[in-house]
Amino acid sequence: MSLTVLNVIVAVVIAIGFAALNAAYLVWAERRGAARIQRRPGPNINGPFGLLQPPLDGIKLMTKQIMIPGGADKILFMVAPVLAMAPAIMSFVTIPFSENIVAHNMDIGVLMIFAFASMGALAVLFAGWGSRNKYAVMASVRAVSQNISYEIPMLITAITVVMITGSMDLKTITSAQAGGFWHWNIFPSLHSPLMPLSFILFFICSLAETNRAPFDLGEAESELVAGFHTEYGSMGFGLFFMGEYANIVIGASLTTILFLGGWDCPFGLFPGVWWFLLKIYLLIATFIWIRWTFPRTTIYGLLNLSWKILIPLSLFNLLLTAGLLKVF
Amino acid sequence: MSAPIQLQPGETFILNVGPQHPATHGVLRVKMEMDGEYIVKAETVLGYVHRMHEKMGENRTYAQYLPNLSRLDYLGALGYTHGHVLVIERAAGIEVPERAEYIRAITVELNRLASHLFWFGCYVMDLGGFSPLMYALEDREYILDMLEAVTGARLTYCYYRFGGLYNDVDDDFIEAAKRFIPRMRKSLKKYAALVTGNIIFQKRLEGIGPISAEMCRKYGATGAVARGSGINFDVRKNEPYSVYPEFDFDIPVYHECDSMARFKVRMDEMEQSLRIIEQGLAKLPGGPIMAEKKPKNIKLPVGDFYQAVETARGSFGIRIVSDGDKNAYRLKLRSPTYSNMHLFDEACEGMMIMDALAFMGSLDLVIPEIDR
Repeated sequence: MSLTVLNVIVAVVIAIGFAALNAAYLVWAERRGAARIQRRPGPNINGPFGLLQPPLDGIKLMTKQIMIPGGADKILFMVAPVLAMAPAIMSFVTIPFSENIVAHNMDIGVLMIFAFASMGALAVLFAGWGSRNKYAVMASVRAVSQNISYEIPMLITAITVVMITGSMDLKTITSAQAGGFWHWNIFPSLHSPLMPLSFILFFICSLAETNRAPFDLGEAESELVAGFHTEYGSMGFGLFFMGEYANIVIGASLTTILFLGGWDCPFGLFPGVWWFLLKIYLLIATFIWIRWTFPRTTIYGLLNLSWKILIPLSLFNLLLTAGLLKVF
Repeated sequence: MSAPIQLQPGETFILNVGPQHPATHGVLRVKMEMDGEYIVKAETVLGYVHRMHEKMGENRTYAQYLPNLSRLDYLGALGYTHGHVLVIERAAGIEVPERAEYIRAITVELNRLASHLFWFGCYVMDLGGFSPLMYALEDREYILDMLEAVTGARLTYCYYRFGGLYNDVDDDFIEAAKRFIPRMRKSLKKYAALVTGNIIFQKRLEGIGPISAEMCRKYGATGAVARGSGINFDVRKNEPYSVYPEFDFDIPVYHECDSMARFKVRMDEMEQSLRIIEQGLAKLPGGPIMAEKKPKNIKLPVGDFYQAVETARGSFGIRIVSDGDKNAYRLKLRSPTYSNMHLFDEACEGMMIMDALAFMGSLDLVIPEIDR
């Protein structure tokens, strides 16, 4: 029993370390990437290639005073940033990085990640409501309606994959795709000819779920100042920021596991954690590329896209897959 | 997409957009009565950067007042000083050499391009696309460098003098301008592909903020706002001044009346400005740049003088009532953004806030020019 507790603690510490490191250096990567797209240098002063920028930013944020605006709901205000970060870290626990590197494998891994991901909306709602700021409230209402509308097609698409592999265990899902890229779920198979479409649906949804551009309505800086974290300074803001990037890593990991074969090598050679990392960072690079290229959508355009296009398409795909599974 | 009709008192809330809001690009304050995300009523509140430029015009000599004009609209400053020198020259009967007028036209058009480029970048940034701003600023940098070399300033120019110019342009300027034209044409193609052709961008602008031609006339809107509503009015064509009749250029007019139309008008205007610069450089005559017969202390005859010019934002008018002294008895500035902005209150009723701010950006507001 004590061994299990120790295991869990070690797993959580490693997950926190991985999430924090990723969050910090993805900010750096994003800033460098954006700078490259915009033909400017980006952070390049502190350390080689500006690599010391994230820890220094962290120190700056941590040494700042925590300000709570007058009239704010103190408990909600303080809880929200923690709530933004904690589920993201918990999701890492069940992600299999390779055959052996997984903190705690679960039979219901897919379900658990979705359960934790939906808590992110709660953090945003708490932050907006707790700040007593009109912009923050408007932004959090937007973000919550967005999260709810995009969780539905995302979940339906995930169910399609689960039906094909017959398991909710992330490890089993990956193993089912082993042995070359033609086995990956992204390619159409006998049971589900529309798999590339599912991948695109899932990718769009994970962009929207992480509140990234072009769906960054929750923090639309030119309209709602800074959105739900308008009133946050110091590490409160830092946690929201890290939570956002941790969620990006989760989204990319989940896409990799469900569609791109996880740690599997495209040519069946040397499967391992490096393939997994390569795939998620390629996906994250795409996220960054999209963010700095597209303008923002409108809130009704966003909801229309989900309810009128993505949900019907994903439902159709689900029914088609179910029917074909029954037939063959 | 319209606001619910029946609202009880207390169901709406007041949202103060500005005076320190990122979307207003300056210290404009809009008091919005909101029903959720919908605007029930909006009221623009002005005066945060009021500097009494009109009153200053009455206390200073005409020459002393010249630098003030470039503080109105810091993005298209040359157009405003151009208006001032034109009205004084006409009233005092000063003959301007042709070379000076050509250089004025070239520099004004360069300044118009710089202003439109900055607007383009900021507007796309308002809509959430950050990268085009950097591209636009890079192009604008070339213009500012060119203008700095001849005028000595990058933003608040005081280059024109009564009867001519402060100094002549050199070969470097002409070379740089000639190199700039093809570069800018290439950039405009890039912007069309990157921004105008983007489906999200089109969805954000098409049908947003409709302004009828009637409404433009009611509020006195000019510039790209009027031309986006199908009114073919440009001071350069309708009330020609300077050497504009010598140039062959078109006035882009769109009839869709929405934000996209205003966007396209400005993008097309950049192309037309390039045409004017190209022709100006080709036709640039030699000769002096300053009038030979010019009184040292300019005193206008008794009378009422008005001159309108087309600046980057619309029709800018300057009216001087003179009692024969060396400064004006009364000076009135008609700034285009002031009229254009007043459309906002009426037009944004029932809009969602994000559409309203997209609409506000399409009006191209420069707040110091509204407040003067």
